Amino acid sequence: MLEGTVSRITGPVVEAKGMTGARMYDVTKIGDKGLIGEIIRLEDDKAVIQVYEDTSGLKVGEPALSSEAPLMVELGPGLLTSIYDGTQRPLPELQKAGGNFIERGLTVSSLDRKAKWDFKPTVKKGDKVKTGDILGIVKETSSIDHKIMMPPNTSGKIESINAGKYTIDDIIGKLDDGTELKLAHKWPVRQGRPYKRKLDPEMPLLTGQRIFDTFIPIPKGGSAIIPGPFGSGKTVTQQSLAKWADADIIVYVGCGERGNEMTEVLDEFPELEDPKTGNPLMDRTILIANTSNMPVAAREASIYTGITLAEYYRDMGYDVAMMADSTSRWGEALREVSGRLEEMPGEEGYPAYLATRLAAFYERTGRVICNGTTDENIGSVTVVGAVSPAGGDFSEPMTQNSLRITGAFWALDASLAHRRHFPAINWIKSYSLYLGQLEDWYSENLSPEFKKYREQAMGLLQKESELQEIVQLVGPDALPESEKAILEVTQMLREDYLQQFAFHEIDSFCPLEKQLWMLKAILSFYNAADEALKRGVSLQQILELPFKEEISRMKEVKNDDLSSIQALVEKINKEIINLEVL
Amino acid sequence: MAIANKEKETPKLISLVETDYKTVNYVSGPLLFLKNVKGLAYNEMVHILCGNGEIRNGQVLECTEDFAAIQVFEGTQGIDVDQTSVRFLAEVAKIDVSIDLLGRVLNGRGDPIDGGPRVLPEARLEITGSPINPFAREKPEDFIQTGVSCLDGLNTLVRGQKLPIFSGAGLPANELTAQIIRQAKVKSGEQFAVVFAAMGITHREASFFRWDFERTGALDRVVFFLNLADDPTIERIITPRCALTVAEYLAFNYDMHILVVLTDMTNYCEALREVSTAREEVPGRRGYPGYMYTDLAEIYERAGRLKNKKGSITQLVILTMPDDDITHPIPDLTGYITEGQIVLGRHLHRRGIFPPIDVLPCLSRLMNQGIGSGKTREDHRNVADQLYASYARGRDLRKLVSIIGEEALSEEDRKYLKFADDFEQVFVSQGDEDREIERTLEISWDLFSMLPKSELKRIKHEFLDKYLVEREGTEEEVAGSDSASADAKATPDKEAAKEEAMAEETKEQKPAEAPKETKKESDSASADDKATPDEAEGEKNLAEIVEEMKDEVEKEKVE
Repeated sequence: MLEGTVSRITGPVVEAKGMTGARMYDVTKIGDKGLIGEIIRLEDDKAVIQVYEDTSGLKVGEPALSSEAPLMVELGPGLLTSIYDGTQRPLPELQKAGGNFIERGLTVSSLDRKAKWDFKPTVKKGDKVKTGDILGIVKETSSIDHKIMMPPNTSGKIESINAGKYTIDDIIGKLDDGTELKLAHKWPVRQGRPYKRKLDPEMPLLTGQRIFDTFIPIPKGGSAIIPGPFGSGKTVTQQSLAKWADADIIVYVGCGERGNEMTEVLDEFPELEDPKTGNPLMDRTILIANTSNMPVAAREASIYTGITLAEYYRDMGYDVAMMADSTSRWGEALREVSGRLEEMPGEEGYPAYLATRLAAFYERTGRVICNGTTDENIGSVTVVGAVSPAGGDFSEPMTQNSLRITGAFWALDASLAHRRHFPAINWIKSYSLYLGQLEDWYSENLSPEFKKYREQAMGLLQKESELQEIVQLVGPDALPESEKAILEVTQMLREDYLQQFAFHEIDSFCPLEKQLWMLKAILSFYNAADEALKRGVSLQQILELPFKEEISRMKEVKNDDLSSIQALVEKINKEIINLEVL
Repeated sequence: MAIANKEKETPKLISLVETDYKTVNYVSGPLLFLKNVKGLAYNEMVHILCGNGEIRNGQVLECTEDFAAIQVFEGTQGIDVDQTSVRFLAEVAKIDVSIDLLGRVLNGRGDPIDGGPRVLPEARLEITGSPINPFAREKPEDFIQTGVSCLDGLNTLVRGQKLPIFSGAGLPANELTAQIIRQAKVKSGEQFAVVFAAMGITHREASFFRWDFERTGALDRVVFFLNLADDPTIERIITPRCALTVAEYLAFNYDMHILVVLTDMTNYCEALREVSTAREEVPGRRGYPGYMYTDLAEIYERAGRLKNKKGSITQLVILTMPDDDITHPIPDLTGYITEGQIVLGRHLHRRGIFPPIDVLPCLSRLMNQGIGSGKTREDHRNVADQLYASYARGRDLRKLVSIIGEEALSEEDRKYLKFADDFEQVFVSQGDEDREIERTLEISWDLFSMLPKSELKRIKHEFLDKYLVEREGTEEEVAGSDSASADAKATPDKEAAKEEAMAEETKEQKPAEAPKETKKESDSASADDKATPDEAEGEKNLAEIVEEMKDEVEKEKVE
């Protein structure tokens, strides 16, 4: 332990002298209360420390104690269903220890030290094991088997390993060199966990949200950002993804966001059912809540804590999706600390190293072959980061820097939100760079025609935005019938396909098969109408058929019974083609 | 109640162990820099003793081994480097709290200025407070009926929410706030106690609120923190924190439901910028400090409910958008923290609509938790969505009309145009009326009846059947009178959409007044659901005649 004294205090940034020998990013306890901080700059014998707790009342001359280890998270069974703050302190335990308000200087254990886990080994005495090899299994929750792995940078021969009920501090076995094996280990948050090799993403992360799955998908192991002004539905979209995405594990990081919104998540998730297993959704979820009024430096750490937990489950071979809401608050935390350090500011006051930090974070995503003797264990980390650009202006540094690194851009649009078009994703501005890589999967697993439909629908929507400009100038009457038909169909696409109400009992989740048929119905309508118009049938005649309303009710069709939509497609084809020219 | 002279307030008792420093070496803006100080705590409170015996309050903003930066709440005018001494109080900023504060008027630091006796403190609390553990929070879900349709119907306020009103210079945000305070109640009928924090508002505004509270007898339930425009700027930085500390004490110790009103946050942020500039910090957007988000969050996030306490804190924040710019850092950062926003529109105010709430950019994030069957009514969500969608379309069409003229629109589009006009005139414009939520929904269904049923896509079939069909007997009549009144009402709107000065304008101005009455009649008739067919038909005929006349006029115009 290295002890210095506090020599300067300015907000969350504290300077301590007599710290010769301290290393960058070592965790340091500040003052009599033992506030937790991290060293972010060294100069002679002085260390500059960002403190994760409020520094009010801290005095010059109080001690600063370096632990000579970086900020770590504890990884082991019991992580799932937990609710942590930015530095992996469980919030329920904090409440027990300090009451309704978070008091300073509290230390609580990240994992439950008393809980006993039923461990079943999958290796036996004499087996050679190395980093990442699975030693055994603990049933962590009803949905998830927690695989106990060899911690990184260890290897050897199993000397002994026993089934039984253990706490995370008990010894479950030994290697021949005497290394003790336990259920949990620690890992520094700012360092990515090792893996063998990165793979190309080829499977989509299905979300049950039509706009994403059909038009702008991300793969397992990909990354996307959702930028949008306030009130455009970032959080609701993130929550929908957390609820419905077909990942095995969800890590939800509320970074500098609203307390009441976190309460909603905390309240709702335990009651929701996992659509795959029927178990509570919470059984596969880890929540990290660092609300906007909690200390700013811990907000900076929360993103790293989140991704480290995600990587840990990835190493077991799971598909993990991490939602970060919102990465802008993280960027602002960087800016605030940088300002206190009196660093030369880059664009809009953000530090010049913002892009580097962002890149380092997003590059921790990916689909990988996990460490271990075999190559069969494949896991992935997908990150969806919300961005809250100031004034809704996408040219600001956070959005632009994130765009350069991430593969999908889901642009939220305030004007769509104002007319309650949710999810308020602008289909023209948004894009996914992964479409090409995912094409094969869609044609193999869904329908070879899906690509054609998607392209036609997107083409129509593009065409609509051009037509709207004309309509703005000369009015809809000036358009020919065929183009009026486009406007009718794109209205259907917008209202009956792209719009999806996150709180509807059926429509909140739309399986891929249903998406295919819904799209097919709308496009059949267009193709048949276009055909009929060419024959000389008037648009009026077509619109008098009841299809417009029937299409608008497709959303409410039960997800497991698509026969009514299939019947509708047939009916559309038959009746419009049979229309007679008046 | 006169405000006593605050300059003569006696300072708090001073302990003997405190040290005075006479080492002021640099004064800049609201800041004072001291040399050679020892044992200072960050955020510690200080007294500054001026040469003339005056005592001012300050707070340590930064301290190192040999110097300290202190912000002076009363400003630095009259402070000199030679005679001034600084006394450290060995505690961070605190405020005395007590239930007896209700009904009192305090200055921005929490000292009484109403001439009444000192308040006997029940506790002395740190004004910065600690963040609420998100796990200890209870979900806000109690519907607050404000009696304002735009809020209740479209942007419902719930207990424990923080909702700002984005106003512009000259817009009646104060009147709206006063109306909400007056009318706000929950289903159980419990009343709110109000903690009112005024930051840099004028005497006129302050006395408006005081007068309004007195008039409605609410003053006994109000704690009034007053930092007026001519009071020290820096004091504003602690005013909201003092107010929220009192609010937390009352809410969580006395199980009270507290409505905290903060006005005007723009002045608060200006003060924040002033301090930041004086400290020569690296500025963020528009000169505001980079930590403004965190700073505002520390204030706003103190709203909420706790699982193991009955009380609650609801915040109503007023801020003035400089130049009506919603992307300005103050409204922008506020919007990212609060659970929605109410935006006032100048175009509505100009047309005499009160409250001039521009509903399109408005939002209440917690609405879904406070509405629905058992809380308001089952169709509430659908109705709100449909109103939004239809009104947005009407507003779009208005832009179109100003380019191509109303004649070029289709029949359906014209209905939407009328819908938008009626929505503003009937739904939004309600004056001082205290509307029950049922009435608000009823008005909405009346508005829907003027649109084709197939256009009501946001509403579930069953609700359409239940609520729209209910009026079918009188639908013709309602639709008829609506279109009649809408025709006339379209006039002031056309005016707004485009300055289409026509000769008929003057003639049409008059009927614009009249239909309001017919509308009210038809409303009450439809509410009763007992309008005799004759009456209905009579009105319908009248409506048809007006329609025909209008058509003729239009034909002539075309010719």
